[in-house]
Amino acid sequence: MTATRVAPAVEMVLVSKVFNRGKPNEVLALDDISLSVGQREFITLIGPSGCGKSTLLRLMAGLLDPTVGEVTVNGKTANQARADREYGIAFQTAGLFDWRSVQQNIELPLQLMGWSKRDRRQRAREMLTLVKLEEFGGHYPRELSGGMQQRVAIARALSFQPSILFMDEPFGALDEMTREHMQTELLRIWDETHTTVVFVTHSIPEAVFLSERVVVMSPRPGRLFAELPVDLGARDFDTRESPEFFERVTAVREALRRPDGVE
Amino acid sequence: MTIGASSDPGTSAAVADEVRRYERRVAIRMAVRRVAVFVSFLVVLAFAYTGYKAFGGAIDDAQTEWPVVGSFLPRSDDLTMPPLLDIAAEVSVPPQRNNAKPLGVFVLEAALFTLREAALGFFLGVILGIGIAVLLVRSKWLERGVSPYIVASQTIPLVAIAPIVIIWGRTSLDWLPFTWEDWMSVALIATYLTFFPVAVNGLRGLHSPAPEDVELMASYAATPNQTLVRLRLPASTPYLFVAFKLAATVAVVGAIVGEISAGVRGGLGRLILDFAGRYTTGPERLYVSVAGAAALGILAFGLVTLSQRFVRAARVRESVST
Repeated sequence: MTATRVAPAVEMVLVSKVFNRGKPNEVLALDDISLSVGQREFITLIGPSGCGKSTLLRLMAGLLDPTVGEVTVNGKTANQARADREYGIAFQTAGLFDWRSVQQNIELPLQLMGWSKRDRRQRAREMLTLVKLEEFGGHYPRELSGGMQQRVAIARALSFQPSILFMDEPFGALDEMTREHMQTELLRIWDETHTTVVFVTHSIPEAVFLSERVVVMSPRPGRLFAELPVDLGARDFDTRESPEFFERVTAVREALRRPDGVE
Repeated sequence: MTIGASSDPGTSAAVADEVRRYERRVAIRMAVRRVAVFVSFLVVLAFAYTGYKAFGGAIDDAQTEWPVVGSFLPRSDDLTMPPLLDIAAEVSVPPQRNNAKPLGVFVLEAALFTLREAALGFFLGVILGIGIAVLLVRSKWLERGVSPYIVASQTIPLVAIAPIVIIWGRTSLDWLPFTWEDWMSVALIATYLTFFPVAVNGLRGLHSPAPEDVELMASYAATPNQTLVRLRLPASTPYLFVAFKLAATVAVVGAIVGEISAGVRGGLGRLILDFAGRYTTGPERLYVSVAGAAALGILAFGLVTLSQRFVRAARVRESVST
């Protein structure tokens, strides 16, 4: 346990990813990525669509293998970390199984891990409390709004208390008001659970509001070309309207517009 | 798309309950409507039958005046289209002089005999079809290699297979702990038809989960078996139920055709064959037995539709495939 705490949550060394290698439609998706994510850090990957940020997240999650380079998660290879359930993941679509109740959805990973029914139920109830959906355990996903579905997805991802949470544009399909509400909720959950969060988004204000560090990516091939620390301290409702917030937003926007980058 | 209902969970729970109640009411209304549509369909059919009968009779009388129409529209008389009331009346008349049983009972018994074959054929086909689909979804290589042969299997005419299966059943299954009877062979013939839609649709259903759902299972390091049981099979149920409905009706057809081509007595197939042979002396009997076959098919379809109500995964996701 102590060994994994010392290692960074995610470490990528000179990672490249080529799709369809050796075929006419070969694509260099990611090029020479080196990146380190500290334990309990909240980091955001931002870039225009097609910059490979989702691919980067999948490499970290061990859902894809890098063509070149090394990915370690909590000191293990990404695949081993996946096998050891070191992380939970949430996608843009909540991806709840609609034949399962909210409670059963949250229990899914626990069920796969062979937890007893009683322990599963107990933990699911705790998670429902964490995401403030106590009354909805018996409901079915389609009876819930988009924001509520995403909260269930987060509860499911964190149900087995992994040390890392990977999120791939989880609020991308939500309306602006729900989205801001969810961001505040996510920060509260991050604070309560001491989880490392790697968050992929294409929204600049979202990246600035959420994270301690914003990693800016360029497209085709995906490269990291800026890392901006966001030292805004604890966020609250006023953060979004503070001059410091707008400063950071501008800084990220400028980084995205660098000549070798977008547009 | 989504309204910010998430900000107030207290009232949302009540809303969700209300939605659920509303959906139940809609479901009941739909069921009532379905029955009403079916009954009106029967009425329309009766009117159409009687109407054409009158019209066809007129053509017959007016041959000389309507030479063109009369030459391609079939004529009608009491032999080709017996009056509906005569057909209905025939139900209570014994079909044979030495038999006291009325035709209705006769057809009912034959229908039950055929139903037994069809039911066994249906269940065997479902098991075989799902088995094949599960096997093929496991391996792209198998899927590519075997799929063409599954399609090709359906091009072999049933009439050719039927006698082979019957003879094979009579001669080489004496090692079984129970006596193999001809009706079981007919069930096998029906299986030959029923497994096909189940395998094809089942495979489609097993492939239906979104890539992200599959990735989610991978992120939990789920085994292939877990992914199959917890994701792919539940996701495939709406597709499977479409196939089950098809298979249920096809099982009845398969059983009837199987009986006829294998010469098995006791079922609707043989009855239809007999009454067709004696058509000129009583066309009503054939009509009654055909109506019995149709009713059996509708019953099989209805039973599957009803059972779908009890499978949550299929009910919740009905809109996915239909």
